[in-house]
Amino acid sequence: MLVSFNWLKEYVQLSDISAIELAERLTRSGVAVDIVHPLNKGVKNVVVGHVVKREQHPDADKLSLCQVDVGEEELVQIVCGAKNVAEDQKVAVAKVGAVLPGNFKIKKAKLRGQASHGMICSLQELGVDTKFVPKEVSEGIFVFPQDVEVGIDALQYLNLDDEVLELDLTPNRADCLNMIGVAYEVGAILSREIDVPTPKLQKCDEKAADFIEVRVDAIEDNPIYRAMVIKDVKVGPSPLWLQNRLMAAGIRPISNVVDITNYVLLEYGQPLHAFDYARFGSKEIVVRKATEGEEIVTLDDATRKLAKEHLVITNGKEPVAVAGVMGGAKSEVNDETTTVLLEAAYFKGSTVRKASKDLGLRSDSSVRFEKGIDPNRVALAAERAAQMICELAGGVILEGCVEVNELDAKPLPVDISVSRLNDALGTELTAEVVGNIFKRLQFIYSQNEDIFTVYVPTRRPDITIEADLVEEVARLYGYDHIPTTLPIGLTTAGALTPSQTRRRNVRRYLESVGLNQTITYSLTSSSKAKGFGDTLENVTPIRLAMPMSEDRSTLRTSLIPHVLDVVQYNHNRKIEDIAIYEVGSIFLTEETEITKQPTEKEILAGAFTGTWQSHLWQGEKKKVDFFVAKGVLEGLFDQLGITEKIRYASVKKDSMHPGRTAAILLDGEEIGFVGQIHPTLQKELDLNETYIFQLDLQVVLSSSGQEVFYEGVPKYPAISRDIALVVAQETQAEDVKDVIKSNGGKLLKSVQLFDLYQGEKMEEGHKSLAFSLTYFDPEKTLTDEEVTNVHNKVLEGLKEKLGVTLRA
Amino acid sequence: MQERLKELQQEALNQIESAQSLKELQDVKVSYLGKKGPITEVLRGMGKLSADERPIIGQMANDVRGAISDKLEEKVAKLEELEVEKRLASESIDVTLPGRPANTGVRHPLTAVVENIEDIFIGMGFGVSEGPEVETDYYNFEALNLPKDHPARDMQDTFYITEELLLRTHTSPVQARTMEKYAGKGPVKIICPGKVFRRDDDDATHSHQFMQVEGLYIDENVRMSDLKGVLLEFAKKFFGPDQKIRLRPSFFPFTEPSVEVDISCVMCKGDGCRICKETGWIEVLGAGMVHPRVLEMGGFDSKKYSGFAFGMGVERLAMLKYGIDDIRHFYLNDKRFLEQFKRA
Repeated sequence: MLVSFNWLKEYVQLSDISAIELAERLTRSGVAVDIVHPLNKGVKNVVVGHVVKREQHPDADKLSLCQVDVGEEELVQIVCGAKNVAEDQKVAVAKVGAVLPGNFKIKKAKLRGQASHGMICSLQELGVDTKFVPKEVSEGIFVFPQDVEVGIDALQYLNLDDEVLELDLTPNRADCLNMIGVAYEVGAILSREIDVPTPKLQKCDEKAADFIEVRVDAIEDNPIYRAMVIKDVKVGPSPLWLQNRLMAAGIRPISNVVDITNYVLLEYGQPLHAFDYARFGSKEIVVRKATEGEEIVTLDDATRKLAKEHLVITNGKEPVAVAGVMGGAKSEVNDETTTVLLEAAYFKGSTVRKASKDLGLRSDSSVRFEKGIDPNRVALAAERAAQMICELAGGVILEGCVEVNELDAKPLPVDISVSRLNDALGTELTAEVVGNIFKRLQFIYSQNEDIFTVYVPTRRPDITIEADLVEEVARLYGYDHIPTTLPIGLTTAGALTPSQTRRRNVRRYLESVGLNQTITYSLTSSSKAKGFGDTLENVTPIRLAMPMSEDRSTLRTSLIPHVLDVVQYNHNRKIEDIAIYEVGSIFLTEETEITKQPTEKEILAGAFTGTWQSHLWQGEKKKVDFFVAKGVLEGLFDQLGITEKIRYASVKKDSMHPGRTAAILLDGEEIGFVGQIHPTLQKELDLNETYIFQLDLQVVLSSSGQEVFYEGVPKYPAISRDIALVVAQETQAEDVKDVIKSNGGKLLKSVQLFDLYQGEKMEEGHKSLAFSLTYFDPEKTLTDEEVTNVHNKVLEGLKEKLGVTLRA
Repeated sequence: MQERLKELQQEALNQIESAQSLKELQDVKVSYLGKKGPITEVLRGMGKLSADERPIIGQMANDVRGAISDKLEEKVAKLEELEVEKRLASESIDVTLPGRPANTGVRHPLTAVVENIEDIFIGMGFGVSEGPEVETDYYNFEALNLPKDHPARDMQDTFYITEELLLRTHTSPVQARTMEKYAGKGPVKIICPGKVFRRDDDDATHSHQFMQVEGLYIDENVRMSDLKGVLLEFAKKFFGPDQKIRLRPSFFPFTEPSVEVDISCVMCKGDGCRICKETGWIEVLGAGMVHPRVLEMGGFDSKKYSGFAFGMGVERLAMLKYGIDDIRHFYLNDKRFLEQFKRA
């Protein structure tokens, strides 16, 4: 909503406050003012001049030589290039010494040999936004009406001394979508009386009812419909002051009748529509729901196809307007119109909203219906418009209005108790202070000790319960005056849940070993949502009903494409060394047509590429490999105390290197994988060798880890025995280790692989694995013999289970 | 004999004095104090001496040996010290050469901000609740006093999946879910961080996905003044002890009264600058007293309980705190961006 400060002064006394100050007061009490636009864009010293004489410039076809009276003793000569300049016009003259927008200073000049002492201006040259200027005016210099006094400041006439407050209204404050509503608000804030105009009508003997009948077939969507008829109307341009006000509000003047309906819309917030009675097509208005596929050509000459939910005004045969949205072209008021059929109605917000949305038509009218208008202003606004048409377009109002009115709109009584108000705000306001605030709001109330019964006027449909009144009191009392306290209730211990703590620990660990955390979008393209590594046969990716772009159309089912995107983004910027992780949700459903919320699984994923560790001047550079990635995960499982439950197994997955990928199993269940991306994919993405992992974090976090329980520092020494074993190439180290462990009894404390040899000294198809076995007894120092006993059992087990022998 | 011993002593001491290495000293030790050395030789001739002389010479010989050993020890220590010094000198390194870099990663700045917020509110007795990103129309809108044809639904342009399922437009549905869980019994003190989604084209100040932290406090006798107090406390802990806040009336369907909360500008400290558009204040969060209908829908008796709720945009807080100028940075994950937040 754009509010002209000058216009507002018509309702409230504002001589002692600036537009900027008022804007601040409004903002602080609930009606935010985004910005205050001065209409004067730096114009100085422009006056009204009278073109006394106009001649052709002797040396230039397109220039005129004008003698202009600017209210000084002598006429001034001005060379003018506008086509429409003519003798006897009243025009805006920038005198020598004047300033135009952009700090353009007017000086004495000579144009093709002729002296020019000033400039005759167009509205554009005076800084008026041409978008709001009537078409015929925008093409040349601006011509004032004849009755304007010569020599006076032109800015005032053009309303360029005005300032416009741009309101940023919250949806509940639709009452401020009109000047009177804003006036009530300003009056309440400044504790001032306001002056609202009351229409006074002179009517003739002819009766409107003889001209028109009204029937509403959809009373729920249209509870009030009023039609007035005004005859003998002369359509023409509106007076300048009216045009100025519309322009300040961002509406382009068209003709007096249309301008008046717009003016009243801005003043009362009541949308009106003027039909040309002669072209209406019948003597009957029928309001009904449209039939499916019914068509209407609207004012903008577009053919609109309607749906059965849309409400239309018809002449009994065909639609003449889409209710509350836009009128039809056929019955539009034009220069030949003499009898105006004026509509003032109350259309249901949701009905208008539906049509406006479906047709893609948002108008000043539809916006107001959608947010709710004051039913008690329907009649007033119609009369106000009729009166203005009478005054400004020479019309005669026919007696009576033809009306359907099924809405009994009365002020709503709402109770508020002063003590509950104080409890809610933490204040100690007296009943007197509270009552005073309601007076400022012009709310009528009755009071019974602590309880106020407030009769909320219909212009404020946002107020229906006590809490709404609490807000009215709070905002007018001022939030700055509400004390600052700390809660007095029960003290509670705040804490993260155990699983939140564990998740934080996971993140902290990953960062401490060198991984950066990334956060990516949950939405992705449908191709990337197909999953990764796993063929998600039972899962249909979830697609948005109306995506904004294909790239963000579908919910992700894997984090891997996202971390790879990050790798690629950095790689493309010459960043080669990357170690990242992300914790985020993936979205899975087993339904093909989704009806229930999907499963949101929290996933941990990561990627490594380039150098892992380096110490360049010492010539060390360790590149990322499978074991770097695996080592990071092992550290993680160790920290979570679940190392004992974790197993790795070779696995083949789509898009993964077939020989360098391991499934990760927790208690035998696959919870993720780690490995190198397939060289084909690597090439496709134009990356270097890249390793990735993905884990079901929810399962990991909820798996109970080993409790920390102190075992004492060993008092007796441990004994180590190293063994080197020759095994078949395909034997996995983990299997060997398992056999060792299962045969080592209680004394075997740890088994560590310390060497892998698969060189030429080995028999074809074999490799050597060397383990260090540590034996320990917390009760005593082990003897050589005791160790040898156990150790032999280990060796026997190896021979028996795996046919493995010691390396010679 | 006495003279011979003195001579020997002098000779030995001289040799020790001039010795340059431990090896030389070892030789001296062997040649003078060894079983075949001259002192032993002298002592062997003691048999020829009188009983009176014997103890004197014996004593003297021992003194000589003692003097030589002492001197030897002293010299050995000296040489050893020299040798250590020499070795250490040869081991010197350029201590200004760079050390081996330790692998350290960084948490995402949005996580840093969220954890900071969590910790501040945990300190004030709040817990942390989480909820799904795919929400039902009911929890995202209806339970928050936004029925299907409410005009305020325009404020939040929504990514719908079906008519009933959508990507949550705010973290407020966690409020509604939490209230149900508490089954009408307070106090409820939680904050809910999470990702939210709106139909916005991504640009420097808009993102179709962003993060919010929602807060909810329901108890008997919760007042608007408490909201002011708690948020002031938060602002001070998050931005610094000199922070001020101010409330401006606003509108949210799920709170009544509703306010926007401004903090004094973090750049100019309230003097007015480009960041705060010369006002000295920056809008950082929305808040209000929980709407009685929302309380009732969540199973709380609105006559007995009252509460406040607030919601803040994590990106906005991060941008203000760290001076980041483009919201898209958070989701590109450029290493050169992320690694600037090591200390965050």
